[in-house]
Amino acid sequence: MTSEGSERRSEERVEPFAEGARRQARPGGEGGEVTSEGSIQTAGDTADTVAIMGEKHRSRWVETLVLLVRNPMAVASSLVLLVLVIVGVFGDVLAPYGYNEQFVGDQLESPSGSHWFGTDDFGRDVFSRVLLGAEVSLRVGAVAVGISLVAGVLIGLLAGYYGRWIDDALMRFMDMLFAFPALLMAIAVLAILGRGETNAMVAIGIVYTPIFARVTRASVLTVREEVFIRASRASGAGDFRIIFRHVLPNAAPPIIVQTTISLAFAILSEAALSFIGLGTQPPDPSWGRMLSEGRGFIEQAWWMALFPGLAIFVTVLAFNVLGDALRDVLDPRQRSALSGKGAAR
Amino acid sequence: MTGYVIRRLVQSVIVLIGVSILVFAIVHLVPGDPIRLALGTRGTEETYQAMRERAGLDEPLVVQYFQWIGSALTGDLGVSFRTGQPVANMISERVPATLSLAAAAIVVALLIAVPLGTLSALKPRSPVDWFATVSSQAGLSIPDFWMGIMFILLFAGTLGWLPSGGYVGFTEDPVQWARHLIMPAVTAGVASGSIMTRFVRSSVLEALGQDYVRTARAKGMRARDVMTWHVLRNALVPLVTVGGVQLAYLLSGVVIVEIVFAWPGLGQMALQAVEARDYSLLQGTVLLFAVIFLVVNLVVDLLYAKLDPRISYEQGAAR
Repeated sequence: MTSEGSERRSEERVEPFAEGARRQARPGGEGGEVTSEGSIQTAGDTADTVAIMGEKHRSRWVETLVLLVRNPMAVASSLVLLVLVIVGVFGDVLAPYGYNEQFVGDQLESPSGSHWFGTDDFGRDVFSRVLLGAEVSLRVGAVAVGISLVAGVLIGLLAGYYGRWIDDALMRFMDMLFAFPALLMAIAVLAILGRGETNAMVAIGIVYTPIFARVTRASVLTVREEVFIRASRASGAGDFRIIFRHVLPNAAPPIIVQTTISLAFAILSEAALSFIGLGTQPPDPSWGRMLSEGRGFIEQAWWMALFPGLAIFVTVLAFNVLGDALRDVLDPRQRSALSGKGAAR
Repeated sequence: MTGYVIRRLVQSVIVLIGVSILVFAIVHLVPGDPIRLALGTRGTEETYQAMRERAGLDEPLVVQYFQWIGSALTGDLGVSFRTGQPVANMISERVPATLSLAAAAIVVALLIAVPLGTLSALKPRSPVDWFATVSSQAGLSIPDFWMGIMFILLFAGTLGWLPSGGYVGFTEDPVQWARHLIMPAVTAGVASGSIMTRFVRSSVLEALGQDYVRTARAKGMRARDVMTWHVLRNALVPLVTVGGVQLAYLLSGVVIVEIVFAWPGLGQMALQAVEARDYSLLQGTVLLFAVIFLVVNLVVDLLYAKLDPRISYEQGAAR
């Protein structure tokens, strides 16, 4: 599927040009802080320095939030997502009818006061089904991204932190997974596991793991050699502590951006898989599924296909816009690449 | 450069071997007997035994892998568990449809990206720039299968300008071939076009800020010539590599577009293979896609190493 692949595309697009720039760009930005920190640290007590780092860290998050609130696009997309989450959680209460409630004799009714989005071929209320479909989309998207986040970040941390053969082995494995077109790979995984919602989450989770591994690894490489990491090691901290207390928090910004954008593409993937009949199964109200049902009635009942698709579009757009806004704030390297100021060749 | 090429080649071969093992595993990870699943209730015991024999499923796994990969290298991808036809033939029948769709989609993407990206870079923060930003964000987020259905509703249904789906070979009827191609190509090309718009914009912006552009202007070169010879030439060279990567991804993007428009290509066949539990056919298709992807990526990486923008600038300036 095109859009779903597009995120991999954008990542791929960035890779060859930005890999070097990424490493250089960092010290100019947030890295500057760290260097000044480093000079304090050589003179003083290491443990204190680490504590100061922690505080700096929190203030950076507050700063991030302030910058986000000032960005109208970020605020707007967050509001849309908030509404979606509310609909997802309270859909049962908000929907005027049940998702499987059939109005016999009211099949394929066009939108009206009693059925805002019309009814489908079984006489079910499309508006209610779209509302209740939010829960399915958000849940599948969140679980799938959760899987790739945990797996990908772990792999990326190990590869980036330990380097050498561990890096080679893990990243070549990720390259292998990355070589399969996203949707085709999800289809192949579902061919093995069998169709259904749970398996779709697993399939999408596997598909997006390599991206998280790459982003995490690249980010870890930029912080791995920082003075405070070396200081922490010199003070006797174990690898586990260093990785999760120092490396991960400092490598987090690009991962957060990736998570937001991946949610957009995971939701798109779920819809695509349900559209081709491999994801969420009937009678559950999945937007992708509704679209494929609506496609059969496109001549008689355009509303059956229009509204579920619009719901997917709005949701994905909101995640993408929020992801972009987050990137502007958290990951200035990318911003410069996009606005062309920093020239990330 | 040579060192880089060798390293990159070795890397690709390693990944390719890994990919082949993963693809090989598809048939063996399926719970149950893949041939029984594919035949369902239709096959007799003899057909079953013959198929099993032909697929070599009774050999040890390692032997099977080497047999499979050995024949794959000679272009033999085994036979379909469902129909008994050679998989390679089934695939090659579908290649023209998928290739024409992917190529047309990349043309659509370029037609969107180059003008829109250039215009928005020339006038940053203007309405054009704003439009480019918004539309590329929307183009990335729109579900292509939904866009396809809405196109069908509008252009095939309401307006009746274009056929709602299907494929006509170019050699049969070029006009019909084009008419059938338009909607799927636009649907498949929009997402790539959106990504490339951003890329062209930043690339042109960067070129505009270069010293040689200032120099060209200072020496009194006409704005149009500065744009053609200095800005665009340099900004669009990296686009070759981005376009290559996009082409690889488009091949995957066409999977769902093919399904929406009943386009008889490889993507549609992959889904049919899953539905028919024809795992050998799925295996062959997935392998082909992965190999294409790896090869295109390798070529693009090598091209990028070769197409250093500064070198192309010297050529451009020599004119």
